[in-house]
Amino acid sequence: MSTIKYTDDHEWISIEGDIATVGITNHAQEQLGDVVFVDLPEVGASVEKGGDAAVVESVKAASDVFAPIDGEIVEVNGSLVDDPSLVNSDAQGNGWFMKVKIADAGQLEGLMDDAAYQEHIAE
Amino acid sequence: MSEDAELKQTPLYSRHVALGAKMVPFTGYDMPVQYPAGIMAEHNHTRSAAGLFDVSHMGQCYLHGPDHATTAAALETLTPGDFLGLEPGQQSYTQFTNETGGILDDLMVTRPAGEGSDGSLFLVVNAACKEADFARLEAGMPSNVSVEILHDKALLALQGPAAHDVMSRLGPEAAAMSFMQTKSCTIAGLACHASRSGYTGEDGFEISVSNDDAGTLMDTLLEQPEVEPIGLGARDSLRLEAGLCLYGHDIDETTSPAEAGLVWSIGKRRRVEGGFPGAERIQKELGGGRTRFRVGIIPEGRAPAREGTIIEKDGVEIGVVTSGGFGPTVGGPVAMGYVAFEHRAADTPIDLIVRGKALPATITKMPFAPHRYRR
Repeated sequence: MSTIKYTDDHEWISIEGDIATVGITNHAQEQLGDVVFVDLPEVGASVEKGGDAAVVESVKAASDVFAPIDGEIVEVNGSLVDDPSLVNSDAQGNGWFMKVKIADAGQLEGLMDDAAYQEHIAE
Repeated sequence: MSEDAELKQTPLYSRHVALGAKMVPFTGYDMPVQYPAGIMAEHNHTRSAAGLFDVSHMGQCYLHGPDHATTAAALETLTPGDFLGLEPGQQSYTQFTNETGGILDDLMVTRPAGEGSDGSLFLVVNAACKEADFARLEAGMPSNVSVEILHDKALLALQGPAAHDVMSRLGPEAAAMSFMQTKSCTIAGLACHASRSGYTGEDGFEISVSNDDAGTLMDTLLEQPEVEPIGLGARDSLRLEAGLCLYGHDIDETTSPAEAGLVWSIGKRRRVEGGFPGAERIQKELGGGRTRFRVGIIPEGRAPAREGTIIEKDGVEIGVVTSGGFGPTVGGPVAMGYVAFEHRAADTPIDLIVRGKALPATITKMPFAPHRYRR
């Protein structure tokens, strides 16, 4: 069973054991519009909470995706290389970006649950 | 202080909102960047059918003088275009240049046809530059040439391969024009001034209409089965694929028309005679003195190279990207920028420095998507 959390920067994090799967929310992809390219981190790279992790490019502009937690990249979604539009069609499923080995589970505490995130985007 | 409070609206603002457009500040106006269909769908619709653009933020004015020769000669003191040779009913692309040969704005100039229009020229200038352009014209025209700024006119663009069929139904007189012709005519029963031109690389029309009639014209055009509303996002990707310059990005006060590859817009007589601001530099550049040149660029792979991306060749910086993004019709990233003149040839391999990594790319001829004007 996984737990899903959300950040202020419109990322979702699905937690299973010590692995967090990270993507951008459906709300975020709606704001970005048609995604044409995703620049993913290298497997094995270390990321820091709040630091650059990936870049998502729409027709119009490039947007940074920040790491929601500290950790090590253990897998990236290779399907996005050939079909970046998965971010639009299935942002919170097949459009995931990366899997991060969680370095500090305590950082998960400050993240929003679904109800809090829905309230956040309604503001 | 809220910036939104100061934003101006075009006469079509409430229609954009009603259509569900995402509105953004652009050159002081609250403008539709996209409608619910999205930039990609809007771009593709314009290439396959017809798109309707609200470009009422652009500046429109008339110059009025005693006769064509006087008005044309007056405008020629500010631009390198040949307006003495412009036939009635014809349109021409030109630039305002500064004393050092840079570009202050680019604009379209029309010589109206018909009775009572001798001595008049109609100008359409960029929104961001219009106040400065109007001031420059008012300061630069002789006492017998007046500037009439059209605050009461909207501007709509209908672009795409189906634009002709739509216009054949609503304004047959306009549909009879060929590329770069203009006409005062009736469209959907409304008095308009139309030109056969645009900013997408497609066949199409730009229609100047009174603010009062603009909404009715927009509604009638959107009732046509081929026509969808298109926002500024797709306008940018369409013009980029067409290899057309965006002022403030691909051309500015430092770039000359010769460096920008706009020599075709400088009259032959003007190249020889000069007599426009910055003629010395531009004539020198045309005689072999150019140090850089605007080129098209196709990045390999899928990563777009945005404005400001450094261009290298063999590890040495040779230029910079001035417009770049994804070309939906091309199906991949496209860009334009300036490179050192000796590296301008098509098929030259280069590197684009994107987020610290060198991405291979190739200099290429423009347009990226073929122009489909009706000549």
